[in-house]
Amino acid sequence: MFSGVMTNAWLVASMIGVVAGVVGFFVVLRGASFVAHAVPLSSFAGAAGAGLVGIDAVAGLAVFAPIAALGIGWLSRRRRSDVVTALVVAAMLGLGALFLSWSSQYASAVYGLLFGDILGVSSGEVWLTAVLAVCGLAAVAVMYRPLLLSSVSPEAAAARGVRTGIVDMLFLVLVSLTTTMSVPVVGALLMFALMVGPPAAARAFTRAPARTMAVAVGVSVATVWTSIVASYLTTWPIGFFVGVFAAAFFLAGSAWTAVRG
Amino acid sequence: MTGFFQSGPVHVALAAGAVTAVVSGVVGVLVVVRGQSFAGHALGDLGTLGGSGAFLAQVSPLWGFVGVGAVVAGAMELFGVQRRRGRDVATGVVLGAALGVSALLLYLDTTSTSTAGATVTVLFGSLFAASPASVPEMAGLGALGLVALAVVYRPLLLSSVHPELASARGVPVRSVAFGFLVLVGVTVSLTSMVVGTILSPALLVGPAACALRVSRRPPVAMVVAAGVGLAATWAGVALAYASYRWPPSHSGWPISFFIVAIVFVAFLAVELPSRIRRRRAPGGA
Repeated sequence: MFSGVMTNAWLVASMIGVVAGVVGFFVVLRGASFVAHAVPLSSFAGAAGAGLVGIDAVAGLAVFAPIAALGIGWLSRRRRSDVVTALVVAAMLGLGALFLSWSSQYASAVYGLLFGDILGVSSGEVWLTAVLAVCGLAAVAVMYRPLLLSSVSPEAAAARGVRTGIVDMLFLVLVSLTTTMSVPVVGALLMFALMVGPPAAARAFTRAPARTMAVAVGVSVATVWTSIVASYLTTWPIGFFVGVFAAAFFLAGSAWTAVRG
Repeated sequence: MTGFFQSGPVHVALAAGAVTAVVSGVVGVLVVVRGQSFAGHALGDLGTLGGSGAFLAQVSPLWGFVGVGAVVAGAMELFGVQRRRGRDVATGVVLGAALGVSALLLYLDTTSTSTAGATVTVLFGSLFAASPASVPEMAGLGALGLVALAVVYRPLLLSSVHPELASARGVPVRSVAFGFLVLVGVTVSLTSMVVGTILSPALLVGPAACALRVSRRPPVAMVVAAGVGLAATWAGVALAYASYRWPPSHSGWPISFFIVAIVFVAFLAVELPSRIRRRRAPGGA
């Protein structure tokens, strides 16, 4: 379970757990589950296109995830964003379906990209993921205060001179960066479960931002690790375990809140 | 194009597409007016659960979509009493868990039965592979949905635009909302048959969003939305039929891609000019 190809899976999954916990904290704080769901789904087209051209899936994701995120951000600036987001997601997914129908490895490729594949990590991708993780965490550290303020109270942030429009865009870039890292392992459909479930569970235990973020990282890493073990033992798709374990942690958090009253 | 109108699968695809376009146009307008696109999207994704389960049980995916759509719609409305931000997270977590279980069911479909293409069929649809028997079933469901909508139309519209006024006039707002969400579940099961579960929001919300830019009056918008949906599905079927002669593989481009692309282009065509106008005349909108 810890040898050869699996070492890559453990390394990448641990980094994904940390970054998803940190970024997911802001996703939950901003009530942005829909965006966190939409960006990975849209970037699916990038992974599918990369397979078609014969380059690494991560490269395709790295191009499409920011495009999708910024496209959603730009189109939804002045209106209720949900209609626009739904349409952009569907258009990108349709494009992904087209790319997949062009390539020869239809069914299994779709499956791995959508629901995750613990063996889908090469040694080169470990380094790439590490670089992306460091960039993401550094970005959060630099813009921590304006990001937090604009998430809790956009009006107060604007009054203090924070340029909320730019912070919103940077947040979308952060989500797309996390997506790029995570989709090859966790899958496009289940990625957002990791960004929403653990931070939502963490909020049941503490309300202080830094502490919530730390708990979210812990829960999210625990989710990924247990999912890898379960997926390895059963050969069932890792996406199943990530989705179910994330929900289980959320339920545990809700139960804890209910018990304490 | 002579072969086009004699092909059996094309007849089925055109008929199924027409039924779906009309129902989803009418229901979609109300979904957009009520701001429930995320619910429509979630119901589509959750339909994956029903579709993959139906494959495993060897029944028509339509019944899987309908069963799960109706049940989940009810569950979502039950949780919907919480404040908005809590609802967002709860929907996300439920969605994640259900998609996880769908992943498992699809995995079992592909490994334990002979339906190797189940993942693609459920998620992205395959209208040309729809059975002729499913057309009357879809038409029946669609007619049922439209009749139900006609019965609750006025209270539904009032409670969408002005919930307080509706409840002051004695409209049972919660029951109406619950009934409508079940109706959305049924509609999404129709659109899932046409373009697959994860693309179904495009057909539900896209034509309606275009139509509401053309006219704010719901009856007019419903007719326009049904027309846009019908044009997109039929053009999609025709293009997919023609694409069997196109590169790179000569095995046809996905029909769902064409439908979704047409809907998206239609939306941009309506949306972008109004955006540019607004920029030229600041404060004008």
